[in-house]
Amino acid sequence: MAHEKETDEVTGVETTGHEWDGIRELDNPLPRWWLWIWYVSIAWAIVYWVLMPAWPGVSGYTKGILGQSDRVAVGKELKALEGHRGEGAALLRTASLEQIEKDPKLSAYAQQVGQSIFGDNCATCHGIGGTGGKGYANLRDDVWLWGGKLEDIQYTITHGVRSNDAETRFSAMPAFGRDEMLNTAQIDDLTEYVVKLSGRQADAAAVGRAAPLFEAQCVACHGVDGKGVQEMGGPDLTDADWLYGADRADIRSQIFSGNGGVMPAWGGRLSPETIKALSVYIHANAGGQ
Amino acid sequence: MSAPSLTSSGPPAGSKVLLIISVLGAFLAVLGAGLTHDTIFRLQAGTFAIAAIIAGFVLSSGLAGGKLQDHPDQYSDNIIKAGVIATMFWAAAGLLAGVVIAAQLSWPNLLFFPEAGWTNFGRLRPLHTSAVIFAFGGNALIATSFWVVQRTCKARLAGGITPWFVFWGYQLFIVLAATGYLMGATQGKEYAEPVWYTDIWLTIVWVAYLLVFLGTIWKRKEPHIYVANWFYLAFIVTIALLHLVNNAAVPVGWLNHRSYGAMSGVQDALTQWWYGHNAVGFFLTAGFLAMMYYFVPKRVERPVYSYRLSIVHFWALIFIYIWAGPHHLHYTALPQWAQTLGMTFSIMLWMPSWGGMINGLMTLSGAWDKLRTDPVVRMMVVAIAFYGMATFEGPVMSIRAVNALSHYTDWTIGHVHSGALGWNGFITFGAIYCMVPWLWKKKAMYSNKLIEWHFWIATTGILLYIAAMWVSGIMEGLMWREYTPQGFLAYSFIETVSAKHIENVIRTIGGLMFLTGALIMIVNIWKTITSPELDLAAAELTDDTSATPATANA
Repeated sequence: MAHEKETDEVTGVETTGHEWDGIRELDNPLPRWWLWIWYVSIAWAIVYWVLMPAWPGVSGYTKGILGQSDRVAVGKELKALEGHRGEGAALLRTASLEQIEKDPKLSAYAQQVGQSIFGDNCATCHGIGGTGGKGYANLRDDVWLWGGKLEDIQYTITHGVRSNDAETRFSAMPAFGRDEMLNTAQIDDLTEYVVKLSGRQADAAAVGRAAPLFEAQCVACHGVDGKGVQEMGGPDLTDADWLYGADRADIRSQIFSGNGGVMPAWGGRLSPETIKALSVYIHANAGGQ
Repeated sequence: MSAPSLTSSGPPAGSKVLLIISVLGAFLAVLGAGLTHDTIFRLQAGTFAIAAIIAGFVLSSGLAGGKLQDHPDQYSDNIIKAGVIATMFWAAAGLLAGVVIAAQLSWPNLLFFPEAGWTNFGRLRPLHTSAVIFAFGGNALIATSFWVVQRTCKARLAGGITPWFVFWGYQLFIVLAATGYLMGATQGKEYAEPVWYTDIWLTIVWVAYLLVFLGTIWKRKEPHIYVANWFYLAFIVTIALLHLVNNAAVPVGWLNHRSYGAMSGVQDALTQWWYGHNAVGFFLTAGFLAMMYYFVPKRVERPVYSYRLSIVHFWALIFIYIWAGPHHLHYTALPQWAQTLGMTFSIMLWMPSWGGMINGLMTLSGAWDKLRTDPVVRMMVVAIAFYGMATFEGPVMSIRAVNALSHYTDWTIGHVHSGALGWNGFITFGAIYCMVPWLWKKKAMYSNKLIEWHFWIATTGILLYIAAMWVSGIMEGLMWREYTPQGFLAYSFIETVSAKHIENVIRTIGGLMFLTGALIMIVNIWKTITSPELDLAAAELTDDTSATPATANA
């Protein structure tokens, strides 16, 4: 369906003579400003290619006459940052944890570093305020699963808990129910026993039945009095602090399936002086021992 | 083709073949569901089997009862009607999913249900993106391309029953993908989450779509191919290519939904963003430009501004877009030279993208008054304006120095939504407001007032959305790079998340407004379809091209 070229009445521009379903096309030229901006953007790209790393070849790529390299730039920036972090970092390296905590200037510096590092690495599990959550230890109270002395904290951060580090802190609460080590009635009784340990009302008959069970299964880690054995990572069952919840259902669930979280070993990821600062930060903001 | 007649020449070609394929497909799917040990695979094979059984039942009863008839001298419009309904259905579903996840980001604790894994943000997010891009956008593209290619080629859709296979096959793809996400089946590739068998199914459907489209162009009764069809064809061909390469994977087993990608590491990342960026380029840009090139001149009854510009910007867009993907990987393990190329090609892409904007806007010269009187024209013009804004913002964000601030922030989300809501959403709504009265042979939409309401509520929603994301994006970008005087990061990640709570709430409200607009549109379409008024003059206008005012003036 060939059409003649026509002149559009509104604009006075000729059409191309094509028509589809009533749609025609004007024969306007390319807008000059459009074309020139496009040329400029192409010219800019070519200049950029000359200056910067750009085109790949058979072996390697064009490096660009400015000799700029991201890899080199990052190296320089990291060096500059290290310089900026300055003498504080150098002092942290040589000072002991106690010295850092006692020296007001060093301590303030460590607090700054610790807060920043904590926010980026620890807050994900322990919370931005460090108060933890179910399954994640509260670092603001005076209850410590693995010890609250400066050196203890430093060790836990460096090697982690149940991590893949060779010297990791390690404890394993058995899954008495899931692994069928105890039957349902026994787990119910033990739950009552643990509730009683923490000074709450419990079914006396059940507690009586559970006493020999507790002695046989639990004392190795939780101690005869249930106050825990810190060296084994066995938590105190007599206080009001519960990693996996204080309710009967929570306690029962923990006896049944023996949860144990993983804390990564930070030794490979954070520098020793950073871990020192972090230890001081955590120690100072909790009921450190 | 001017006077649609009711003559028929038996069932559409390929109906019997499709029936056999359906029965075979149902058999294989039932077999797969029975043999597998993978629950997700079983449920998905079951879904496929149900779809194949329904298809087989409908085809056989249609063939036996003689209801399935071909009308070779008419345009295939029923499939476009189905496409319009599917488009609006998926719009509502996809936008609702978006509002839900926006609310989850605003009130994470309130909307966290650990017992119901499928409600998790990680599963609902791909549901939202796939529903709006592939379900809403894809159906809109298929429906409008079927309308446009027939009208501008003066030919009925090629392939007999194939277009219906494309339509329903595509819906099945959406259902398989969406239910898969909710159950946790994903490849973990953004915008390419569907697992391997869903990918294979889409490939089959897509090749059928390509053949229908090419076949229709092949038998055209016009000497030239209209520009909209170039764009549709570029979209269909390139999406096929992108889909095949990026989804290359080895299944863990033939009865298992899991697979291993063919590439790994930085090669995988680059392939993924070559795909991801060109999904934007060819699905969301080229395809929707095709829509613009037909519906804007048609609605404003003015010639397209410049034929030359359409040729130049088409080829420039095609050749340059395909290089721009690496700008998604600035400052990563991707070699710097590849980042350079991604950035510079993105800058060179600016003007080719704007060529479409110029051609769209300048087509209104001589008809600017319609902005005041016709809310559909206004909607399409605002769509083009958002297109222009997004295609300027994109190159700016691709500059490495800018990207250092904007990357991974809400700014990117805002950028995507000014394109998706403003450009893709509004140009689609405009096209559908045009097509509904044409398809159902009505004089006009049921209510112009409701279109006005749709326009203003949705436009305000978009502005709230993108303004909130600019603010939160730049804020979090600045917070991430803030150092203390001692040289340590000033904010932890979670502090930067809490800081944008208000912006997240505003975003939710903006999204809710956009959804409200779409729901108003659905009511309006429903009322139009069910309105008794039948205007034959309007029907003539669309079916008989010689009666359009454009040629009548000449």
